[in-house]
Amino acid sequence: MHDMAVEARAVEARAVTKIFGSDDSAEVTALDDVTVSIRENEFFTLLGPSGCGKTTLLRLIAGFDHPTRGEIRLHGEDISHLPPYQRRVNTVFQSYALFPHMTVAENIAFGPEMLGQPRAEVARTVDEMLGLVRMEEFSARRPEQISGGQQQRVALARALAAHPRVLLLDEPLSALDLKLRKEMQIELKRLQHETGITFVFVTHDQEEALTMSDRIAVMNAGRILQIGAPREIYDHPAERFVANFIGESNLLRGELGVVTSATGTVTLSSGVTLSASVPDGAVRAGAGRTSGQTSGQTSSQTLVNVAIRPEHVQLAASPDAGTLSGRVENVVYFGTDTLYHLRLVTGEPFTVRMQNTRDGSPDARIGDTVGVSIRAGVAQVLQD
Amino acid sequence: MSGWRNRGQPFSSRRIPGFAGIALATFALLYAPIAILVIYSFNAGLSIAIWEGFSLKWYVQAWNNEAVQEATLRSLGVASVAATVATLAATMAALATTRTRPFRGMTAIYTLINQPLMVPEIVTAVALLIFFAIIKVATGYTGIVYLVAAHTAFCIPFAYLPIRARLESMDLSLERAAADLYATPWMTFRRVTLPLLWPGIMAGFMLAFVISLDDVVITEFVKSAGQETLPTYMLGQIRRVMTPEVNAISTALLLAGVVFVTLFFALSRKR
Amino acid sequence: MSAPPSGPAPAASSSGLDPGRAARLAGEVARRDIRTRWMLSLPAIAIVTAAAAGPLLIVLVYSFLTPGPYGNVEWRFSPDAWINVVLQKDIFDDTWQWADAHLRIFWRSLELSFLTTALTLVLGVPTAWFIATRNERTRVVWLFLITIPFWTNLLIRTIAVMELIRNEGVINSALIGLGLIEQPIQMMFTDFAIALGMTYVYLPLMVLPVYASIEKLDFRLVEAGYDLYASRRKMFLRIILPLVKPGIIAGSILVFIPSLGAYVTPRVLGGGKNLMLGNLIELQFGQGRNWPLGAALAITLMAMVMVALLYYVHVTGRGRRWHG
Repeated sequence: MHDMAVEARAVEARAVTKIFGSDDSAEVTALDDVTVSIRENEFFTLLGPSGCGKTTLLRLIAGFDHPTRGEIRLHGEDISHLPPYQRRVNTVFQSYALFPHMTVAENIAFGPEMLGQPRAEVARTVDEMLGLVRMEEFSARRPEQISGGQQQRVALARALAAHPRVLLLDEPLSALDLKLRKEMQIELKRLQHETGITFVFVTHDQEEALTMSDRIAVMNAGRILQIGAPREIYDHPAERFVANFIGESNLLRGELGVVTSATGTVTLSSGVTLSASVPDGAVRAGAGRTSGQTSGQTSSQTLVNVAIRPEHVQLAASPDAGTLSGRVENVVYFGTDTLYHLRLVTGEPFTVRMQNTRDGSPDARIGDTVGVSIRAGVAQVLQD
Repeated sequence: MSGWRNRGQPFSSRRIPGFAGIALATFALLYAPIAILVIYSFNAGLSIAIWEGFSLKWYVQAWNNEAVQEATLRSLGVASVAATVATLAATMAALATTRTRPFRGMTAIYTLINQPLMVPEIVTAVALLIFFAIIKVATGYTGIVYLVAAHTAFCIPFAYLPIRARLESMDLSLERAAADLYATPWMTFRRVTLPLLWPGIMAGFMLAFVISLDDVVITEFVKSAGQETLPTYMLGQIRRVMTPEVNAISTALLLAGVVFVTLFFALSRKR
Repeated sequence: MSAPPSGPAPAASSSGLDPGRAARLAGEVARRDIRTRWMLSLPAIAIVTAAAAGPLLIVLVYSFLTPGPYGNVEWRFSPDAWINVVLQKDIFDDTWQWADAHLRIFWRSLELSFLTTALTLVLGVPTAWFIATRNERTRVVWLFLITIPFWTNLLIRTIAVMELIRNEGVINSALIGLGLIEQPIQMMFTDFAIALGMTYVYLPLMVLPVYASIEKLDFRLVEAGYDLYASRRKMFLRIILPLVKPGIIAGSILVFIPSLGAYVTPRVLGGGKNLMLGNLIELQFGQGRNWPLGAALAITLMAMVMVALLYYVHVTGRGRRWHG
């Protein structure tokens, strides 16, 4: 059992803390007790705003920095203090970091050469990699003689040429324009599929993370807030930060009622009661006022935040028909859909996103009072 | 407003009346003496001021002058050794003092290396005269090493400047990428850092070479008897009757300097 | 030390969570890095210390010794050299008097250095402005034309000036040839010759830093000034000059310091009579045979230069604080 579990983990960070600056006055905690395990062959994304610690974590895995506390493991082996050149991981740098004094082919050959592969084998690897990224015709060019997108592909080929067990990608697409970025997203997915290598991908772009990843770790202020498949993270954000950073959310205050396994009832401040998904930690998070716990059922008087996605709710046919009601303050037309910004009777803002179908969907104007219908299970109780 | 217009030229905030005139006059003043010096090196006559026809005879005479030959070889020898050693030491020091968080003593290293730039040459010259006199008495050795050591020392800051500048503009992630691709620190240095630094090192060498070749003051104080370099030989000559031979030597030295400085600029600008 | 909460605990991991070990390793890596950096700096430090910086301390020691009869020193303490910098004993009645000769040379050195700085300013600022306002391609050429003399032999440039102003030099020959004068005008071996020569050789040191600061000038500010109906004169004094000031200060210091310590130019153009400090120092090691006095004068010169440098650091440091 244990052995298999180890086998399946490509990279593990255990209780990793990284503090920069040795003199006490200027210490910055870049990573605060982070634990994560990345599975073999998965496309794993570290997602968060700049300064959240995602790049620091990547640099610790690559070996450019070493953890202050905790350890980094590669396939079960502690590599926390190995230098980068002794780790079977390779990096695609944000700036590509192609060697300007070498040709494309020489750049790609660098890793295998340093590993001491015989010349014939190096040549074979270079050809194979050039084919993989479709850059055969450019092998004799210098990095400054090819476009940004091509440099990106060479950087990928160079990192893959040494057959790493894990590939680290540090915001590799951020320098490309939108169209090229979309192409490279597909290309990256294809490469990961073809090579079967574990990809650890760092980005601040939530859309990029959602479309490409098998699993995502959402980070903020040096901590991992939630790890899960894209769908899980989007539909069931655990915390306010996640709910707002990935997509948009309406946040409402409410009182948590009876909780059975993963669902419970929430009474909003307007008096309406909804059924909502409840994450594991939610009840514990508000534990200060929890009155009692009995066999999977919790009865409590806990104040919680509830997140509701604007596109998961609809305007009701009439003002009284919905679960909530409010006045329309603004209407923004987007082509595919329309955003209605409402002010609920409780004074809280609320947004509804309606798809623009041509068959008589309800049409509201500024100043109208409208109802909002919320299906069961759409609301999500947050941990904070 | 109309006052600006009626000067016949379109108004420009970059034009200040009179400045262009002074600037062009300055350039003329800067180059006229050098031009005259070069022109009279080709004078057939004995004078440095009265033109008597074109001739290369002063070049021939300088070429055949044994003292000039000896001084030239000594100048080139000292400059070669001093510039090489200085460039090597400066490269190592530049590698040590760039791209790191300031550590205790780093400012001291930096200040010490640049010290020869801050102290007047005459003071360093006097200091070396005294110091080497002590050593000469103690060891009895009066060879060329003193001159080479002195030249190496004041060449170091000049070699250090372009090397340091290039290191600082070098992308750190390139060396990280090499380490990531299994290059040991030594291989990273040999295959990535050194090739990228090379133009800076060559620029540093050129500068050090020119500085050594041109030095008068320190050489004048440090040299033992019979250790004339080309500049000190010339300094000795101009006390006497000036002939265009000095102009010929000057012109040759100027040409060498211009070539080296041009190479230096080409190398500094290279990406 | 606690075992990891879950998963296997192979030998390698048992110490991995020990925070002390990680910190020790990190500290070890940092120390080794700093040691390597010191080792790499060592050759440069050693050479500069042995053949430039270190001997300065010996100069200080020598300034407190007794002059030897044939040059060099006797190892007996004596403050005479320092007293001699400004005072001298009258040869007849042994009373102390001002050392007029020294003071005159100090004064001449300062005067000529200020004059040189002023002259390079008058010529250098317009030149720098002219270069900075050329279009990009020609600017490189003009800049190169300024830099070439900067790196060419100072002695040769001095000789070039000498050939111009000698009695039998180009100017006098031309004037006599044209019949304008009969006797050559004595220009060599005067203070004028020294100031002219120093202005000539140090001019690039003024142009380059001033150019650098003009190049950074945002011409939209100048346009904004004109837009607010400033006259050209006001414009120059109120907006351009303050913005270019750092470059002017840097250039002035760069010219003033080598002027103060000049040796070659006054020796060639000033002759034996119009000495500057550098030549006075040299004299003590040659004909004067008073090494301690030479040492004391050298340290005095160095102190004057340090004052100028400190003033520069002070001014630029303050400027930096102002600009955030």
